[in-house]
Amino acid sequence: HLATSLPLPSERDHLRPRIDLIAFMIDIKSKYSLKNVEASLAHVDASFFLGKVCFLVTGVGRVNYCSVETNAVWKLRDVYCSPVLYCELELEGIRVATAQRLLRMLQICAGHIPGVSALSFGSLMRNSEDE
Amino acid sequence: MDEIVAEYIRRTVLKIPRHEIKTMLQTWGFLSEAQLQTVNFHQTKDSVSREVVQLCKDNSADIKQAALLDIIYNHVYPNKRIWSVYQMNKSGEETDFFDLRDFKKKFKRRLQTALKNVTINFKEYEDNAIWIRIAWGTPYKKPNQYKTSYVVYHSQTPYVFISASVIRSTLPLLCQALAVASNYHDIREMELRSHCLNSLKDIVFKRYSQTFQTYYPRPLQERNVTSENVDLRIIQENKNEKERILRVNREVFGDGPQPKLEFAQYKLETTFKSNPSLDVSDIKEPFRCLVKFSSPHLLESLKSLAPAGLADAPLSPLLTCIPQKARNYFKIRERKGIFPGSFVSP
Repeated sequence: HLATSLPLPSERDHLRPRIDLIAFMIDIKSKYSLKNVEASLAHVDASFFLGKVCFLVTGVGRVNYCSVETNAVWKLRDVYCSPVLYCELELEGIRVATAQRLLRMLQICAGHIPGVSALSFGSLMRNSEDE
Repeated sequence: MDEIVAEYIRRTVLKIPRHEIKTMLQTWGFLSEAQLQTVNFHQTKDSVSREVVQLCKDNSADIKQAALLDIIYNHVYPNKRIWSVYQMNKSGEETDFFDLRDFKKKFKRRLQTALKNVTINFKEYEDNAIWIRIAWGTPYKKPNQYKTSYVVYHSQTPYVFISASVIRSTLPLLCQALAVASNYHDIREMELRSHCLNSLKDIVFKRYSQTFQTYYPRPLQERNVTSENVDLRIIQENKNEKERILRVNREVFGDGPQPKLEFAQYKLETTFKSNPSLDVSDIKEPFRCLVKFSSPHLLESLKSLAPAGLADAPLSPLLTCIPQKARNYFKIRERKGIFPGSFVSP
């Protein structure tokens, strides 16, 4: 499901399945997208932040056009205890690899991988980042 | 043949893209078809230009012929220059019948009495456009063929498009001569400038697709399904909002292509309004600020902002009024009175 912001329109509530993973996309070229994500985060139930939220930062290939500072992204990661993935959507290889990573995360969050929970995976990703 | 004329023709030919040179010389018509056959247009442009100049010498070309070639070049490539739009006003009499010969005579006379050293050439085109080329000199120097102004006048309209030369002082004289020659009372510069001459014409002659409030658009569902290959597994949560944005955008911008402008400039003369906690509210003088939007195609990029998610729809009327108001330079002043705000000066 694609949405431009949260909260989701209530008229579609009855048509929506269970949400297992929320990926917030931040376009590094647009401060507007960061503000939008920050505003939308306020509408997310706290239980999602136990491994069912991630931040996807796009547009990282174009270094000259960065409007969003890395610090701002790290702050989100720390405050909301959720991992950050970086990608460049314009390159097919990276696009496909990112999609595969997200799919893997989704499988874990939906409980399809026995022995790995969203929470354990989330803390695993966080620990590996700090090293 | 004058060396100055020869060099001028050579440089004009050098400006033309190689594959277009033969066609343009044919349009010019000064060299015969037989003469053109003798030129090898596949060699370097440098050699082509020299051969062409030699043929012109054989035909004894004068400045009038050279000027004509220059007009033809600028008519085919007008976007290399920047054009301003001027509007002429009558004081409300009956419309005179336009006499081309009379216009040319009056125009030349007006310019030549004021400034002896000018080269003036005319060329008429099918769409009622009169192209005028003026090369400026000084009271003591012959006209400099490289310091030229171009005028495009559609005689059935009160609009004139001018690409001025670098010598700014010639502009008032030129405007005056135009007004007098076309029997108008006065002439004023509109705040509308662009490289694309055709787009300027589209704007003032209202030839672009305009929007009408009563127009009822086709339901958007039809368009969405046919235009993209949509993967049905992707669900757009905000479909209603997206459709609203497209609808509003369409109402504002219309369906057709937008006229091509490269910039819009807003000069702000408003006082600084800030958060009361910041200690700058004492400044009562206007905060001088210039905001300039540039783009290879400004109106199309404004049109795509909201659908791309980069701006809210509807856009500010200051941006969307550009074609209707036929201007891309604005001055925004403080609105005096009980309700502070801003208004756009005429």
